[in-house]
Amino acid sequence: MNGAQVVLECLAREKVEVIFGYPGGVTLPFYDAIYDSPIKHVLVRHEQNAAFAAQGYSRATGKVGVCCATSGPGATNLVTGLVDAMMDSIPIVAITGQVTSKLIGSDAFQEADTFGITRSGTKHNFLVKTLAELPRAIHEAFHIASTGRPGPVLVDITKDAFQANGHYTPVSSIHLPGYRVYTEGHSGQIRRAAQAMWEAKRPFVYAGGGIIHAGAHDELRQLVEMIDAPAVTTLMGLGGLAADHPNFVSMPGMHGSYAANMGMTETDLLIALGSRFDDRVTGRLAAFAPHAKVIHVDIDPAEVGKIRTPDVPIVGDVKKVLQKILEELEATAPQMKSKNSTARAAWWGQIKEWQREHPLEPVFSTDEIKPQHLMAEIDRLSGGEAIVCSDVGQHQMWAAQLIRFNHPRLWINSGGLGSMGFGVPSALGAQFSRPDKLVFAICGDGGFQMSIPELATIANFELPVKIIVMNNGYLGMIRQWQELFYNNRLCAAKLDTFPDPEKLAGAYGFKGRTVERPSQLRQALEEAVKEPGPYLLNVRVAPFENVYPMVPAGGAVNEMVLAPPQPVEVA
Amino acid sequence: MLQLISLLMENKPGALMRVTGLLSARGYNIESLTVARTLDPELSRMSIVVDVEPNQRAQVIKQMNKLINVLQATDSTEGPAVRRELVLLRVRASMQNRTAILKEAEIFGARAVDSSVEGFALEATGDPEKLDEFIDVMRSYGEIEVTRSGLVVVSLDSKKLKLAPPVSKEEVPQAI
Repeated sequence: MNGAQVVLECLAREKVEVIFGYPGGVTLPFYDAIYDSPIKHVLVRHEQNAAFAAQGYSRATGKVGVCCATSGPGATNLVTGLVDAMMDSIPIVAITGQVTSKLIGSDAFQEADTFGITRSGTKHNFLVKTLAELPRAIHEAFHIASTGRPGPVLVDITKDAFQANGHYTPVSSIHLPGYRVYTEGHSGQIRRAAQAMWEAKRPFVYAGGGIIHAGAHDELRQLVEMIDAPAVTTLMGLGGLAADHPNFVSMPGMHGSYAANMGMTETDLLIALGSRFDDRVTGRLAAFAPHAKVIHVDIDPAEVGKIRTPDVPIVGDVKKVLQKILEELEATAPQMKSKNSTARAAWWGQIKEWQREHPLEPVFSTDEIKPQHLMAEIDRLSGGEAIVCSDVGQHQMWAAQLIRFNHPRLWINSGGLGSMGFGVPSALGAQFSRPDKLVFAICGDGGFQMSIPELATIANFELPVKIIVMNNGYLGMIRQWQELFYNNRLCAAKLDTFPDPEKLAGAYGFKGRTVERPSQLRQALEEAVKEPGPYLLNVRVAPFENVYPMVPAGGAVNEMVLAPPQPVEVA
Repeated sequence: MLQLISLLMENKPGALMRVTGLLSARGYNIESLTVARTLDPELSRMSIVVDVEPNQRAQVIKQMNKLINVLQATDSTEGPAVRRELVLLRVRASMQNRTAILKEAEIFGARAVDSSVEGFALEATGDPEKLDEFIDVMRSYGEIEVTRSGLVVVSLDSKKLKLAPPVSKEEVPQAI
């Protein structure tokens, strides 16, 4: 058995089914071992997309995604995908090849300091120079990636370690004395949290991606039902509470709904669950939830108190903590449930009024396809059940606002890092892990053009991904900001050329078309969904539509701009 | 504001980089850093003096504690601890002031570790302010060259070291 086979043995024991990768000189021994392995290798067309695909695979199921790249350029190309996974806490393991250990530091062909370069972009990384170290490093990598606050882990393996002869040494236990994971939550704080929940007059739940990672969606639903609190889920948390649930308000933040942001502003008890007070959620911090006591539950001690000092800090696994809070709430419900019932009813009245005043509703036109119209149609087809992988930009915000997600792990997007070019490769990965699911990749014309190479991978594996390009001919979010904050001086925002989708898809052997008329949109989308294979639908939308509501950078969330300024009528 | 951080960490390649990278990524300048292995050769003790905004001090400690190779990071800026630094100093001495230099050194508890016709090499330990004075005084005798070790600290609190226990890996059937 050589080192490469040892790596595959480790992967098999970690129940890895698929590796997204791209071979190179120093990983040739690894690929020679893959030749005989039952583990499926998916050849992507760029290493960055290997990491994005591994993320899509992971985000759709919660399993650890695996990607692989060679030394030097292969590893450096992975970096964006790793940092992206770091920001959104996605468990992936990256295997990279490194030049032979004797050549490290000699500026050898395709040598890069992968260990150094990826230090800050991973939860942890390893440089392995001997076969003997391999099993422990790889099993530790999976352990670190998938436990605690999940994240990417990279294992850099020298060519001589791949080639060395030896055997697999079973790893019966993982001992990382410095890797402390606090899961249980402090019982005193849990009691205080439950009490605060009963005592609040205007409680508000602010749930983030942690709900998805912890699989705490059932507990979240039970909680909002038990205390009958309105709830928002962040961009990363969409689907953590079903969009159709009566307590679900919407997404909060920069492009959140009026009701969500007003609720955040007026609440007297903000219940933050697996969320991290991101600047896109809080807006100007001094004006964020100014009247609220804060309960903050997070598995990462460094998140608790990082941005806002909570009144009730709870470090723990949000699923376990919510179970304990629910027990506590149940025990105290008989005395406490009816407390503040008048105030609570008034609070719900207020929330409903905000929702009525400024609902998140699609906009329609008979002349041109409004982007919101497109999202409403996708929502209709999905019914809250399809996987939607989004790229980054205006379309991402409209999709998040208008497409319902009734289950976790349906909404897949690059939230923290905001990496354009994420949509198509993540959809590819998601379709591998959920072959049973309808998978949309929603992209802008900008991000899509960053991922065109992966059309080959999609065609190659006949993945029935439905790629929907919301094509406004601009880098829409750039154009929106240049319009609003730079006197409409549009610079490098216009995308003048876009390939003919029918010819482009046709070149890869699948169907594609453009739709421009609002009246044809529904039928075009239905046709795309009915197609058994992949489909590329280029949707020409209104070019100058802006995403609203919008909290300008540095603004308070309750000062959001709700609609474009209306032209003044001249008498 | 200067923060003194004491770390107990695994003695492994890259562990130092993880700690310093965390500081440099935030634009914090390291004033001094010392690291050496402990009684247990698999562990190192590190003392860092770093310029951190006061409101970020707790966050820096938390981030360091998150590093897999770090067993314990503590803020030792305040609280009961012994903080010491070593200075090695070479001073050129003329024949006339050699005795005066040695007398002065004695006041600071320094001792001569090398002597030549050129002058002395002196060794002193103490808190940084005291050493600053010592260096100033020696400078008045002539040309000097100084190497400082950076601050090292030992806490007088017996802070309990919380370590993660081994996690048994569930046995999965051999697949290959």
